[in-house]
Amino acid sequence: MSSQPQREMNSESLEPRPRTPMSDAEARNWLQRTWDDGKGFTSWFQQVHHTVIGRRYIITAFCFFLLGGLLAALMRIQLSHPENHFLSPDFYNQVFTMHGSTMMFLFAVPVMEAFGIYMIPLMMGTRNIAFPRLNAYSWYLYVCGGIMLYVAFVLNTGPDVGWFAYPPLSGPDFSPGKRADFWAQMITFTEVAALAVAVEIITTIFKLRAVGMSLNRIPLFGWAMLIHSFMVIFAMPAVALDSSMLLMDRLISTHFFNPAEGGDALLYQHVFWFFGHPEVYIIFVPAMGIVSEIIATFSRRPVFGYPALVLALVANGFVGFGLWVHHMFATGLPMMGYSFFTAASLMIAIPSAVQIFCWIATLWTGRINWKTPLIFVIGFFAIFVLGGLTGVMLASVPLDTQVHDTYFVVAHFHYVLIGGALFPLFGGIYYWFPKITGRMLSEKLGLWHFWLFFIGFNLTFFPMHILGLKGMPRRVYTYLPQNGWGTMNFIATVGALFMTAGVLFWLYNIWTSYRRGPLAGDNPWGASSLEWATNSPPPIYNFDELPTVNSRTPLWTATAENPVIRGLRIDDREVLITRVLDAEPDHINSFPKPSPWPFWSAMATTALFVGSIFNGYALYIGAIPLAFTLTMWFWPKKHEIALEEAEGVRR
Amino acid sequence: MIRLFAFWAGTFNDHSVTEAMGRQAAVIAHEWWFFFAVCTTVFIITMLFLARALMKRRTVEDVPLATGPAVLDPRRERTLTIAVSSAMGVTVVTLFVLLFVSISTGASIRHFNSKNAVTIQVMGHQWWWHVIYQNTAASETLQTANEIHIPVGKPVVILTSSNDVIHSFWVPNITGKRDLIPGYSTALWIQADKPGRFRGQCAEFCGHQHAHMAFYIVAQEQNDFDAWERAQINPAVTPAPGSLQEKGMQKFMAGPCVMCHTIRGTDAGGAVGPDLTHVASRSTIAAGTLDFNHENLLKWVRNSQDIKPGNKMPAMQITDDDLNAIVAYLESLK
Amino acid sequence: MKSISVAALLLLSLLAGCAREKRSYQDQSPYVEQAPDKVVQSDLHPGMMPPPSSYEKNVYAESAYDVAEGQKLFEQYHCSGCHFHGGGGIGPPLMDSDWIYGSDPQNIRATILEGRPNGMPSFRGKIADHQVWEIVAYVRSLSGLLPKDVSPGRSDQISLGTTPQQTHPQYEKKEQPGLNREEKPK
Repeated sequence: MSSQPQREMNSESLEPRPRTPMSDAEARNWLQRTWDDGKGFTSWFQQVHHTVIGRRYIITAFCFFLLGGLLAALMRIQLSHPENHFLSPDFYNQVFTMHGSTMMFLFAVPVMEAFGIYMIPLMMGTRNIAFPRLNAYSWYLYVCGGIMLYVAFVLNTGPDVGWFAYPPLSGPDFSPGKRADFWAQMITFTEVAALAVAVEIITTIFKLRAVGMSLNRIPLFGWAMLIHSFMVIFAMPAVALDSSMLLMDRLISTHFFNPAEGGDALLYQHVFWFFGHPEVYIIFVPAMGIVSEIIATFSRRPVFGYPALVLALVANGFVGFGLWVHHMFATGLPMMGYSFFTAASLMIAIPSAVQIFCWIATLWTGRINWKTPLIFVIGFFAIFVLGGLTGVMLASVPLDTQVHDTYFVVAHFHYVLIGGALFPLFGGIYYWFPKITGRMLSEKLGLWHFWLFFIGFNLTFFPMHILGLKGMPRRVYTYLPQNGWGTMNFIATVGALFMTAGVLFWLYNIWTSYRRGPLAGDNPWGASSLEWATNSPPPIYNFDELPTVNSRTPLWTATAENPVIRGLRIDDREVLITRVLDAEPDHINSFPKPSPWPFWSAMATTALFVGSIFNGYALYIGAIPLAFTLTMWFWPKKHEIALEEAEGVRR
Repeated sequence: MIRLFAFWAGTFNDHSVTEAMGRQAAVIAHEWWFFFAVCTTVFIITMLFLARALMKRRTVEDVPLATGPAVLDPRRERTLTIAVSSAMGVTVVTLFVLLFVSISTGASIRHFNSKNAVTIQVMGHQWWWHVIYQNTAASETLQTANEIHIPVGKPVVILTSSNDVIHSFWVPNITGKRDLIPGYSTALWIQADKPGRFRGQCAEFCGHQHAHMAFYIVAQEQNDFDAWERAQINPAVTPAPGSLQEKGMQKFMAGPCVMCHTIRGTDAGGAVGPDLTHVASRSTIAAGTLDFNHENLLKWVRNSQDIKPGNKMPAMQITDDDLNAIVAYLESLK
Repeated sequence: MKSISVAALLLLSLLAGCAREKRSYQDQSPYVEQAPDKVVQSDLHPGMMPPPSSYEKNVYAESAYDVAEGQKLFEQYHCSGCHFHGGGGIGPPLMDSDWIYGSDPQNIRATILEGRPNGMPSFRGKIADHQVWEIVAYVRSLSGLLPKDVSPGRSDQISLGTTPQQTHPQYEKKEQPGLNREEKPK
């Protein structure tokens, strides 16, 4: 990669224009003015920059994480000894449903997308995410969906049918009232938001990459988010459809899941798990991306086996869709199908193993720099490998019929989800916090956080394996003293205490470091990817000059003469669009400015969704304001057209 | 290693997957220990490699960021490629072994073909188990609840169905679980190899009292089983005139009990709650929640909502005398 | 000020949601003391004052859970044996707006407890009081006398006690165990 793109841009694609000599400071002023979304109350509802929305997404997701954790603590107190009367069965059922739904729909998926929204445009070396207004819209929808669910919960209308909401228990006959409806509509909210983000991330990765970042140079976190987004696009419509069918059964008396009228209760499970299993990989794949980034940075070498890791991620994406039936081994389906899904479920271990081995090889030959992000990744190894191996056990039909729906499974998926996603995520926070805030997190508090959380986690969830083998089913609000499950449950509750303490240390760390932490500088870890090529925190226009890339580890191979892209207008929000495969410059596009209409569209959508819980006609009536706000969103604005058509200031 | 297994196995109580009392559970327990051994080995090896990778004396303290990235040695990278590839090879072979073991285990426990096997229909209700011993002669068909008697060492067919929501039939000592799904009826084979009482519990979330929806399988020698079956087919005993039990029977028939419960040989024919014809022959009440004894019966009949909040049996507004009479009557229903 | 009152109204309507979602594992009905002869069947009464009625409102009609319980009890206690699913047959229909003995909750309750000529049996003492109120609420929902958000949706209507349709692959004839297969020694 030479300075070819730069010359091309200057001489051909952007023809005659006044060449005003301009100082860097002056150019930065222009960029600041152009990309600034404004401050103040009304501007807040109009902001569209990905770092702003990304930060909101991250904070919101962690708020839901804390709420979900609080609910988990309630459950652990209730289960600490047999026949406890701390929670009533009715409330317990709401609590465990809310815990599962919160963690899956309001925390795990959104938080991964949040990091994608914040980091992907920076990693790709561009100035904003594709479709920035859609991005803002998706955040409003996500927040409204979450708030709706929690308002319902506070009003004793929290869903009480499990995060999977199997009919007929969730159907009109056995779940009267509006509890299950709120759950089903929360799904619609979060799925629309997730689909929007997936589209943005795919487009950003495919079309907004820095010049020179051909497909084989995309950072592994970028690949992970790409696979994640494609999986979202294929998996999420299934659950949105399923929950809508459930809603129709409940609201307008359809019979999709009513066997008495030719419906089928198993149909729901098939469609749900067609989403539900890929969901696990939707959560887990971005975390793999984070792990790859952290391992490369802290072992001071490029990750070993880049092509193998990318192929493993792709394989995860494909095979992840072929094993949903292993959630239904107890339903009594035909043997032939079972064997297929057993084989597929074992096969998914192969890409995961490839990744683990490649990372170990990277660490083996690297020079290790013991910092908190890496320590969390080491924790991830221990926990995730164990969780993966219990997953291998669950792939076997006979074993699964014994431990399915017991605490063994609870232990398994907490090992893979907390180990496989939350530990890398914590590592990611320690890794990227300096980039996002400009300040370092405390290493000492980080170690406290890690050890408390790691020990607490194993204390909580390891005994659950044994509980499951001893016959304790899931989702029970209590158990009998003579079952002999008391000791293990008490240990688990003590472990939850440790985890809580760990999270408190983490929060305290963030609180103090955000205010008084040491300044980070642009690239505190000496990392290789493009997000570290700009200031911490990044300016609103991300990069003074759009970078180019000449290897997989651009900042490690950059030279002083590394070319940058010039010729974009700095008085208009212009970004460079590059080609999908080789990331050669293609054309220039003007990006949307701040707008209040994503917010109003989200409000109209919310009214429609919430209204349709109570009355089917809300769908028709609610469409009117929605159509209006969407029209306003896309209505051409004179001054914006004029700005885009003007000659403009370039650099 | 074996001692470690034994220690762990020893910490399990009777309601446990690894404590097999039936043919299928035994095969599955073998498979479990095999998988456990393989997975533990894999885990330990992976962790050893990780530890070795981390303990290499190439760590850099405090000055790492100034040092540039490592320069890759192509020969070492090649060695790494070979190492990772062979690790993958081993993984794939291991997975094939596991697949083979899993499928052959599955095949070996699927059918126990047997002519004239005892066929038992089990129907899930919120929150108890309805058990029907089918017979071609209608008068020989018997119904009971929450306690399934089977002959030892003989294959038994369980036909499953559900009356309301999805439940799951599971006796860890005997075999794996099977969901009871409305609209579907499935058949599964079970076999107990040792006599005894084996606890089972609903394993699919089914509402308020999912936690208190247990049952027992009572495996008996064929003679005992036949005797039990003959006794169960008989209608309920009629209490002696003028006895407390007779008063209880009258109160039962005149009160709300009769709306939901059946006692064969009397006017009570409700189909909402468990059949009480021989309730005193069962060892528990309230779906395996309480032992069958006088105090528990008093507590349960007076206000079952205290014990299983949300269950379908309403609290009774009856005097203590009536309560004692009804409980005395129930205790007489051997 | 206006916004405050609007917010207050909203809050109140939300609190209504709480009653709708209450799962009461009753306990005792608050109307136990109501004597059957206090039920008003006619507006005519002797003297100046109407007889005092202890009945105020049926709290069970405010909870979707209780109404749904009423729906199940309606099946389980075989009300549907005569009234079918509200359309009537042997007994009068319950879905229309004609009420022979009055449509007020206490009228319906009296009908259930006391029975009526020409076939309606008396259920006094047979049905727990709160269950009666649940059935009353359900019966009223059949003719649209309850708000929509507490009225039950369609019922799954799986008939009690019969073998469900045998559609499952495992239940096919060749898989049917024990009946027409020779024993294979293993």
